[in-house]
Amino acid sequence: MAKIIVITSGKGGVGKTTSSASISTGLALKGNKTVVIDFDVGLRNLDLIMNCERRVVYDFVNVINGEATLNQALIKDKQTDNLFILPASQTRDKEALSKEGVEQVLNELAETFDYIICDSPAGIEHGAQMALYFADEAIIVTNPEVSSVRDSDRILGILQSKSRRAELALDPVKEHLLLTRYSPERVENGEMLAVEDVKEILAIKLLGVIPESKAVLTSSNSGVPVIHDQQTDAGKAYDDAVERLMGRERPHRFLTAQKKGFFKRMFKGSATA
Amino acid sequence: MSSSLTAEPSAEHEQTNTDTMQDSFDFERNEQHPENGGQMNEPSQEQEQVNMSVAPHSGRPCMQLKGALVPMTVLELNYFELEQFTRDIKAKTSQAPDFFDNLPIVIGLEKFEENGSLPFKQLIEACQEQSIRVVAVRGGSELLQSAAKQAGLGLLPKQKERQTVETAETASPELPEPSENTQAAQQQETPTVQTQVETVEIIKKVIQKEKQISKVVHQPVRSGQQVYAPDGDLIVLASVSAGAEILADGNIHVYGSLRGRALAGVKGDTQARIFCHSMAAELVSIAGQYKISEDIDRSVLGKPTQVYLDKDALRFKEIDL
Repeated sequence: MAKIIVITSGKGGVGKTTSSASISTGLALKGNKTVVIDFDVGLRNLDLIMNCERRVVYDFVNVINGEATLNQALIKDKQTDNLFILPASQTRDKEALSKEGVEQVLNELAETFDYIICDSPAGIEHGAQMALYFADEAIIVTNPEVSSVRDSDRILGILQSKSRRAELALDPVKEHLLLTRYSPERVENGEMLAVEDVKEILAIKLLGVIPESKAVLTSSNSGVPVIHDQQTDAGKAYDDAVERLMGRERPHRFLTAQKKGFFKRMFKGSATA
Repeated sequence: MSSSLTAEPSAEHEQTNTDTMQDSFDFERNEQHPENGGQMNEPSQEQEQVNMSVAPHSGRPCMQLKGALVPMTVLELNYFELEQFTRDIKAKTSQAPDFFDNLPIVIGLEKFEENGSLPFKQLIEACQEQSIRVVAVRGGSELLQSAAKQAGLGLLPKQKERQTVETAETASPELPEPSENTQAAQQQETPTVQTQVETVEIIKKVIQKEKQISKVVHQPVRSGQQVYAPDGDLIVLASVSAGAEILADGNIHVYGSLRGRALAGVKGDTQARIFCHSMAAELVSIAGQYKISEDIDRSVLGKPTQVYLDKDALRFKEIDL
């Protein structure tokens, strides 16, 4: 039975697509047959991050409209086995996603895949609602700042009231918090919300904290999800998050400012003195 | 009861209040002694309101009208014969003179004999001799009511059908349903026992009522969500996020942080309160009186707090745990 996981946030630019790419890659690297669907019709990005934009022939909307089969539209990831991408259409708008069409595609994918990752568009409108409607689990991507936390709270409310599980009164959608762009130094200086504050406000289980890292931007631009680079903090943090998503225990890392900064300052201080 | 005069604009409010009162206090001991003349009930819980608080003269309006529940004693009259009435009422007052001193009383006419005449002047005087003040009549024929009006008494509508009260044997709390009882059984009871029975009965009814109408929310109330508990209390066993709105006709309890908007007594119940485990509300309102976040008493922010209406001002009070 495939697990349908939506990656959503309400607010834009917090790292939904980056997280979708790394988490789906991580799941596939750990041997799960995984497909990631770009629900951001009209603002297609996932294929760029996954470095497959030149191989897109058919897209999600083509499949919904019966203009292509699922196998024609699915793009096999070149870097990772077990990973497939279903790209969004760039020339249509989100109204092209019908509930019946999405359901049919998901049902067909569920026959062969272990995990179906839905990369939601920003906002709370039709596109985002379609992305979360069929979800079994949800990863709420949040930045440690108030407007992002507020929007995440809003999308959690929609998950509780407008998802298929809510409408059919099934077990509620399992919610995970993924805090991205976290900077422990700035938290210590009081410039950023601490992970505890966000957890307290949103009151959902913490899946992981991804530290702010230059590697994330570099990897996005080069089309290699950051989880591939296990030398970086962000890559390691995504790997932990994927392990937790699969139900394993991992201690949280990268929550405190690194101590070496202290010695650096000492050294710097004595050098300038 | 007389028309509910309140400062609230909502007609529904009056209705709600009235219903609650009648449902909660809809009982009466059946203490009839048919061979007796006008016999007197022990103080029975009756509803009445007419409470005008007069403000000290400081430019403020010199009065305001408020609805209130006041316990009243009802003198239920079966028939009227001056001599016997005087004898009976003397016998009653002699049992507890302090209680009857200057006691306002309502004359209940529901059981008054049909086509019987009632000289209100005599009745009022007979009562006054025992220092009892007759303030109103309840029920009775149109004829009697107009006579009461001429005698300067207030008019209350007829009490709804009541149920008889259970006997002492059935009054223990584990036997919840009141049963119909014979008068013979009731005549054996002492007033003390009956008073206890009544108290149990009231408490039980109030509890039952709350059970029916309270709304319990187990999930956090998220930004953009709205939860309304019509006719009763709202209980949230989680936090209420900023941007969420919770409303109740009755009280609001939040066993988490209250960061959103909370509006209690939305149909005008000025007795409604808001309780929360941690106060960080964007707005709180009781019966239309509201305060926004920046006007909330700083000392209670982040603390267990109750909010209530004191005259027309919202008060915030930390709950000492």
